[in-house]
Amino acid sequence: MQLVLFFIFGGLCAAAALNLLLTRHPINSALSLIVVMTSLAVLYLTLGAEFLAAAQVIVYSGAIMVLFTFVIMLLNAGEEVRTRGSRAAYLVGVPGVAALFSLLTFVFLSQGNHLGKSTLANPATLYDLSAVLFRDLLLPFEVTSVLILIAILGAVALARKEH
Amino acid sequence: MVPIAYYLVLSALLFSIGAGAFLIKRNIITVFMSIELMLNAVNLSFVAFAYQWHAIRGQIFVFFVMVVAAAEAAVGLAIIIAVYRTRNTLNVDQIDLMKL
Repeated sequence: MQLVLFFIFGGLCAAAALNLLLTRHPINSALSLIVVMTSLAVLYLTLGAEFLAAAQVIVYSGAIMVLFTFVIMLLNAGEEVRTRGSRAAYLVGVPGVAALFSLLTFVFLSQGNHLGKSTLANPATLYDLSAVLFRDLLLPFEVTSVLILIAILGAVALARKEH
Repeated sequence: MVPIAYYLVLSALLFSIGAGAFLIKRNIITVFMSIELMLNAVNLSFVAFAYQWHAIRGQIFVFFVMVVAAAEAAVGLAIIIAVYRTRNTLNVDQIDLMKL
């Protein structure tokens, strides 16, 4: 059951990420990024992180991606043009990224026996999570709200038309 | 029963695709989106390790990464709008001067 879920949503995730890489139009990239984030939320559910799955859907595929699609439509971004810089990036980037992926996959699969298996049994409840978040880490939690406030003020100041 | 290593391999794949898109893409918005993809990949490995070691703080860390990513997206997109106003382009190859 869980393996089937993993392969369906992991495959969807990888396919949408590849689509982000291969399409030329930014709006297609944004929509495939929404697919990636939503299927990651399902994978979080299989790892027993219900709160993070909900936060992923609300914050990432809700708020952040709406912001992205809004900016793409606002700026009327068309298809990207291939330039000289991108060819150099192909020559250097693709082998480097492939090497990074191969190395990480080799390490994870060879050390896979030391890592466990995930079952649908949930080790952590929302109660544990909120106990840590609102008792032990209350100050960092409050600081993040100040951070978001400053970020919003900065965004307004940056995007405002100058007179 | 899914081995945790599969989740980590998926996370490595997403991170690699994000890094590749960061290098290859020429549109500044798509470059920014590939940064978000890399953040998501790291979040997945955080959640997988939190499950593996029954460490609830791994999930807390993902929560803070999400908060910082939201703040970063807001400021970054505002910067992109400001850049587009002054340069009238979104191609990163044409935005390579600090001064107009």
